[in-house]
Amino acid sequence: MEDPPKEVTSLENCCRAREIFQVSGQRGLGSAVFAVGHAPLSVWPGVLMSECQATVIDVAVRELARTPLYDMHRALGARMTGFAGYAMPVQYPSGIVSEHLHTRALTGLFDVSHMGQAIFAGSHAARRLETLVPGDIAALPLGRMRYTQLLDAQGHILDDLMVTRLDDEAGRERLFLVVNAATKRADFTHLAAELPDCALTVLEDRALLALQGPKAAEVLRRHVSSAAAKSVSAMPFMSAKSYARDDVFFIISRSGYTGEDGFEISIPATATPGFAQELLAEADVRPIGLGARDSLRLEAGLCLYGHDINRTTGPVEAGLLWSISQRRREEGGFFGYEQVKRAIDHGPARLRAGFLLEGKAPAREGSEIVTLEGQTIGRVTSGSFAPSLGRPVAMGYVGAAHAAPGTQVCLIVRGKPLAAKIVSLPFVPHHYFGGD
Amino acid sequence: MTTRYTKSHEYVRVEGGTGVVGITDYAQSQLGDVVFVELPPMGQTLSKGAEAATVESVKAAAEVNAPVSGEVVEVNSALADSPSLVNEDPSGKGWFLKIKLSDAAELDSLMDEDAYREFLKAVS
Repeated sequence: MEDPPKEVTSLENCCRAREIFQVSGQRGLGSAVFAVGHAPLSVWPGVLMSECQATVIDVAVRELARTPLYDMHRALGARMTGFAGYAMPVQYPSGIVSEHLHTRALTGLFDVSHMGQAIFAGSHAARRLETLVPGDIAALPLGRMRYTQLLDAQGHILDDLMVTRLDDEAGRERLFLVVNAATKRADFTHLAAELPDCALTVLEDRALLALQGPKAAEVLRRHVSSAAAKSVSAMPFMSAKSYARDDVFFIISRSGYTGEDGFEISIPATATPGFAQELLAEADVRPIGLGARDSLRLEAGLCLYGHDINRTTGPVEAGLLWSISQRRREEGGFFGYEQVKRAIDHGPARLRAGFLLEGKAPAREGSEIVTLEGQTIGRVTSGSFAPSLGRPVAMGYVGAAHAAPGTQVCLIVRGKPLAAKIVSLPFVPHHYFGGD
Repeated sequence: MTTRYTKSHEYVRVEGGTGVVGITDYAQSQLGDVVFVELPPMGQTLSKGAEAATVESVKAAAEVNAPVSGEVVEVNSALADSPSLVNEDPSGKGWFLKIKLSDAAELDSLMDEDAYREFLKAVS
């Protein structure tokens, strides 16, 4: 189990960071307050950013990397936050709850350009990538994508990622990878070091937008070429296509991180502001910040790297066995196979579970999970108010014997036990599109 | 009627010997959507700067400290069902608690409205 995040008991850390950030964890209104899926911000050594959450003040924003939509976010009145070294919008003036509900009801546009994009190519790129991930990449047909994890030799998760098979080019297989922002440099270094026979091309000059919600397909088809419009609507979940519109080359996948139907759109950086403005001109589309992105993915039961999964967790206990095909379970051939196989055969010692709280007070990351008898069985890894349910929810790991849905537990918040019940994930049903 | 402010963005509005305590408009805007407020029990004695309440927004929890010392004589029970009052009307219906001041001289160490406005310019 990961060490629990400590409360910020002294303001000293906050003060040290104050020139750059206004920081807080669970303490101190004066030092204001945002716990947005806080990936460690390693850029400021000495300040334990994984324990403090940060709100960037204007001065600091200038020292962070910017996405191509930075000016647009500012013009829209976004509150910016430092996330994985980027200045990102945490929310727009309407606020997280309103953005969250809008995405579920209509459609939201998210800037996720901080994430890493790369093309991994080689004569046997799929088989080679399979040595680092447990997902079935070799069997991935053209235009299909998989969710998988980069594992270390102990079977722990270095990152989670999306892998899409593109057309072969000059006899080389090509895979399009999308990885997390906070881990992208380490991921790409790892890939290049382990698989030097393949070519890794990091796409530094492309942005990534997510268009998510029940109206996403209807909206997007109006903004691709007329030839592509029909196929965009017909694409099933976890498929991808490349399109050119004028001279702009798009990679559009039907995927996302909200539990809703939707798309992720890779687009050249220079074309991004214009394309985003086009989408935002649609009546059903509103810009959505990282705050609602986090509450949406939590309701959808999806893991946030650095919180629900990290270098101390494996895919089986994280409930990600569905992402490992039968062939890979039997054949292995990836880092950490022995540990993964053992967890499959004998069952993991602990499991990621979902918690529905009975009261209104949320339990946050780090809260202890105890049985009704007072025995500690785990800790919360993500927790927040769930806007679509109007009540707080959480995820965390508990001993496997305690993980059955319906089990009553308590989550300890500020020393008080809050009643909660283990429920199956997701908290809010997914609405993925299966195809026409 | 006098209103005083702390550097941690609480206000106390003094009416007679009682102070109405809440968080400022700046504080609620920084917090975002408030979803839960934990208030102290009636009769509790708080000293200046001690934790008086906890306010939870969608994303985070923050401690609200007592701007002055004294006994809690009333809490805003409307916040239990409508925590969003803190966002909608922080200085009015979104108040947190009332304290019977034990030392009115403590108010002198707090900022008046003009000083708080200047303070905000410096921090924001």
